[in-house]
Amino acid sequence: MLKALTLLLSFQLAGEVLSRLLALPVPGPVVGMALMFLLLIVRSGPGAELRETANTLLSHLSLLFVPAGTGVLLHIHRVAEEWLALSVALVASTLIGIAVTALVLDALVRRRRRDEAQP
Amino acid sequence: MSSPIADIWVYLAATPLLGLTLTLVCYQIAFAIHRRLGMHPAANPVLLAVAMLVAVLLATDTPYPVYFDGAQFVHFLLGPATVALAVPLHAQFGRLKKLALPLLVALVAGSLAAALSAVALGAMFGASRELLMSLAPKSVTTPIAMGVAERLGGLPSLTAVLVIATGILGAIGARYVYRALHIEDPAVRGFAIGLASHGIGTARAFQVSEQTGAFAALAMGLNGLFTAAALPSLLPWLESLFKP
Repeated sequence: MLKALTLLLSFQLAGEVLSRLLALPVPGPVVGMALMFLLLIVRSGPGAELRETANTLLSHLSLLFVPAGTGVLLHIHRVAEEWLALSVALVASTLIGIAVTALVLDALVRRRRRDEAQP
Repeated sequence: MSSPIADIWVYLAATPLLGLTLTLVCYQIAFAIHRRLGMHPAANPVLLAVAMLVAVLLATDTPYPVYFDGAQFVHFLLGPATVALAVPLHAQFGRLKKLALPLLVALVAGSLAAALSAVALGAMFGASRELLMSLAPKSVTTPIAMGVAERLGGLPSLTAVLVIATGILGAIGARYVYRALHIEDPAVRGFAIGLASHGIGTARAFQVSEQTGAFAALAMGLNGLFTAAALPSLLPWLESLFKP
């Protein structure tokens, strides 16, 4: 647990440094994720400890968004003022985003399967 | 003259202990409700916990920064959790490699559809420019979205809230979209929910299966990269097209 947590934090730190050093548009933790992914490919998989710690962290992923979500308190007035535009834009664009992604990917995956079936 | 209770309150309100404990307690109540309702996506644990916390903070007249002093310890774990997403991602590496091209095409199509439809609909319903620029990056994970909003001239802290709202909406709504469009492949389902609603959608996807979760995590990472790289140059160009 402790060793795995240290490893995760070290990769986040390395990601943070790299992101700033190279002025990448992506934040440190995402660069850290990419670095960790490379390490796992090189080592062909995580050890039992890392897998367990990662699973524990990810099983409570929702919890980690609660503090930022509560920040709605700071914007209650603006949200009240522009609620119609906000709700329409949020609901529709989220469903559109899911639908477009799923339809495009589903069609491409199906076509590939068909091509593989007929040599 | 003050009562002992008030003294204790004054002391507790000044330490991070209260905000941290409150966050954990509210989340666990929210999760218990979520489980009692058979993990129904509409009873989203983030939504329930945020609603409870907002009610408590308003009732006790506690400013958000005071609450966040304690809650930041939970918030901080988002960083290592993001790095940890590499683990399920690696477990699906074989399938990911095979689908690389379809995934990239779906990424570009879905990412642009989500961002542009949000801006277009917001504009149609009369949203201010500041709001539109805060809306554009709302499908990607919080830290990236805040950075992009800042570059576009939006309000980063408002974007954080819109990001969470988008995550909750995606986690609730995805199953209805999949049912209507007859999408059954768990990889496709995961990729779409992760792309449109980042970590909260990914958390929901992990409840369904590890494969769905891994594809959601991949989509979340890819859309973060793509949005951070493309949106800051794309949006000003689009804006200039619509100016008279």
